[in-house]
Amino acid sequence: MIARAPKRVLPGFTLSLGITLLYVSLILLLPLSGLFGQLATLSWAQYWTIITDSRNLASYQVTVLSALVASAFNMVFGLLCAWVLVRYEFPGKRLLDALMDLPFALPTAVAGITLATLYAGNGAIGQFLGFQVSYSWLGIVVAMAFTSVPFVVRTVQPVLEELPNEVDEAAMTLGAGTLYAFRRVIFPHIWPALLTGTGLAFARSLGEYGAVIFIAGNMPYQTEITALMIVTRLEEYDYAAAAAIASLVLFTSLALLLAINLWQARFFRRLHGSTGA
Amino acid sequence: MSINIDQVSRRFGTTTALHPTTLSIGNGELVGLLGPSGSGKTTLMRIIAGLEQPSEGRVLFGERDVTRLHVRHRRVGFVFQHYALFRHMSVFENVAFGLRARPRAERPSNEEIKRRVFALLERVQLEKLASRLPAQLSGGQQQRVSLARALAVEPEVLLMDEPFGALDAKVRVELRRWLRHLHAELGFTCVFVTHDQEEALELSDRVVVMSQGRIEQVDEPTRLYRRPINRFVFEFLGETNALSGEVRNGHLALGENAGLDLPGVADGPVELLLRPHEVALATSPSAGARLPVTVSAIAPVGAEVRLELEVTWSTQPWQATLSHAEFERAGITRGTRCYALPQQLRRVDEASGALVDMPLPNQGSDRP
Repeated sequence: MIARAPKRVLPGFTLSLGITLLYVSLILLLPLSGLFGQLATLSWAQYWTIITDSRNLASYQVTVLSALVASAFNMVFGLLCAWVLVRYEFPGKRLLDALMDLPFALPTAVAGITLATLYAGNGAIGQFLGFQVSYSWLGIVVAMAFTSVPFVVRTVQPVLEELPNEVDEAAMTLGAGTLYAFRRVIFPHIWPALLTGTGLAFARSLGEYGAVIFIAGNMPYQTEITALMIVTRLEEYDYAAAAAIASLVLFTSLALLLAINLWQARFFRRLHGSTGA
Repeated sequence: MSINIDQVSRRFGTTTALHPTTLSIGNGELVGLLGPSGSGKTTLMRIIAGLEQPSEGRVLFGERDVTRLHVRHRRVGFVFQHYALFRHMSVFENVAFGLRARPRAERPSNEEIKRRVFALLERVQLEKLASRLPAQLSGGQQQRVSLARALAVEPEVLLMDEPFGALDAKVRVELRRWLRHLHAELGFTCVFVTHDQEEALELSDRVVVMSQGRIEQVDEPTRLYRRPINRFVFEFLGETNALSGEVRNGHLALGENAGLDLPGVADGPVELLLRPHEVALATSPSAGARLPVTVSAIAPVGAEVRLELEVTWSTQPWQATLSHAEFERAGITRGTRCYALPQQLRRVDEASGALVDMPLPNQGSDRP
C-alpha cells in the first residue's frame, strides 16, 4: 500500500494553485523567457558593450536620479496624504480618498500629455513658474511622482489606521511634545510601511514610460529615460539590445523588491514577537 | 494632590456624555468610578487627565485650575485598558520614555534614568525582562510595564482606564492586591474606571457609582453595599430579588397562594428589593410571609451555594445564597419546594426613587 498524504480540510487547493501557476506562466514567465531567449543570442562582451553604451549610461543616470527625487517627494507627500486621510474627519474625505487612486486609473499617456500641457512654458501652471518643467529633467520627476504616489499612500494608510490613538495619547500623558511623539512613537511604527511604499514607488518610476515620454522632451544624453532606450532599440528591430537593457531594469527592480520584502519581514518579526506571524 | 471637579459637563453634538458633575477626591485617595458602559465614567476620567476638554466646568488639582492645561503639562500618569505600550521599544525604553521626553534642561542624565527605570522595574517585578519587547510579555506583565511607565514621570495623579479588564480572572485578582500594596506604599492619588463592581468594592477607598452621565452615589465600599441610595445602585452592585404588587390593608397579595404582610404601609403599588443572601428558606411559611418557591438550579460558588428559585408570584426568578453548612442541613435538591423568608426588605420610594428600609413581616411560624 502506498501511504497517501492526509486530505486537506480547506477545499480547492489543487485547482486554485493550478490556475495561479498557469496564469503566472502565461503572463509572467513566458514573456520573461522570451527576454532570456533574446539575451542568449548575445555574448557577455556584447551584453556588456550594450549596457555600457554612453547614451544608455546617461539614461540610467536620468532615470535613477529622477526616480529618487520623485520617490523622496512622494515619501513626504504620500505620508501627509495618508496622515490626513486617517487622522482627521472632514467633508469630502471620501472623495479625496478615491482621488488617491486616480494615477492608477488614468491611462499614463493621458497623464503625461496633461502634465506636459499644464507645466509647459505657457501652461496653466508652467506660466507662473520661473523655470522650465516640461521637456526638462524636472518634468520627468513630475510625471514619475504623479504616477507613483498611490503606492506610498495605500501602503502607509492601513498601518496608520492600525496605530491606536491611545499610543499617541500615552506619549502625551508622559509629557512628550508633538514632534517628539511623532519621531519616537508614530514614525517607528509606520516607517517600514513608508519605506516599502517608497520602494514600490521607486521601482514603478524606474519602469514608467507612458507618462514620462510626453513630458520629458527626450533629448539624447539629457532627458532620455531607460524605458525609452528600450523602445528605441525595438523600433530599430534590435531585439537583443532591447532585451539587454530591459534585463538590467528588470534585475534592478527585482533586487529592490526582494530587499524590501526581506527587510520588512525581519521588522515585523521583531514587532510582533519571535513567535506568531 | 487632591482633585476637585467643579460642575464639569461634556456634550458631543446633541448627546450629553456627562451632565454637570461635582466631585472631590482627597490627596492619596484611591477612587473607583463604577458604572455600565455609556455612564460617562471614562469621559470623566479623560477630562481629569486632559485627554478630553469639558464643555463646561473646571478641574482643579489642589488649588490649581488645570482645566485649560494641556495633558502633557498636567503630570498625570495614565494607564490604558489595552496598555498602549510602544511596541517597537524594549520594556526599559518604554518606562524611560517619560524621562527622555523631558526638555534637555530637566532631563536626568543617562545613569540617573537607568537607575530610576530599574528601581521602577524592580517594584513591578520585571527587572529581568527589561530588554524584552512588549510582544514577548504576558498581558499581566504588559499592564505592569504600562503602570511603571506611568509612574516614571512621578505623577501627582494616577489614572487607570479599566486597568484589569483585559486580563484573566486570576491575574486580575493578583494585580488588584498588588496595586493596593503599591498604593499604600507610594500614596499617590489614584482614580480608576471599571464596570466590575467587585473590583470597585475591593480596590477603592471610595466608589463613585455613575449612570447615564450622572453620579448616583459616592461612598465607601461597605457603606455603599449596605446602604445603596437608589434602585440603580442597588441593582448594579449585586444580584437582586424584586417583588412588586398592590398593598391593601397592610397586606401584599401575590396571586392565589402567596402574600406578604407589610404592616404600616399605605395602600397602593409597592416595589421591594433584597439580596440573595437576605433570603432564608424554610419548610413552612411564617406568620407574615407566604412565598412558595421551587429550587430550579443549584450552583456551589466559592464559599456559598447559590440557588435559583422558581416563583409564581414574580416575573423574575429569585436567587438565594446559603452557606455550605446550611445547604447540607436543609437537604435541598433540585425540585425541592419550600418557602422564602425575607430577612431584610427595602422599598423603592415611588416619588424619589430612594430606598427605604422596611420592617420585616412577622417571622413566627404560621398558625395552622
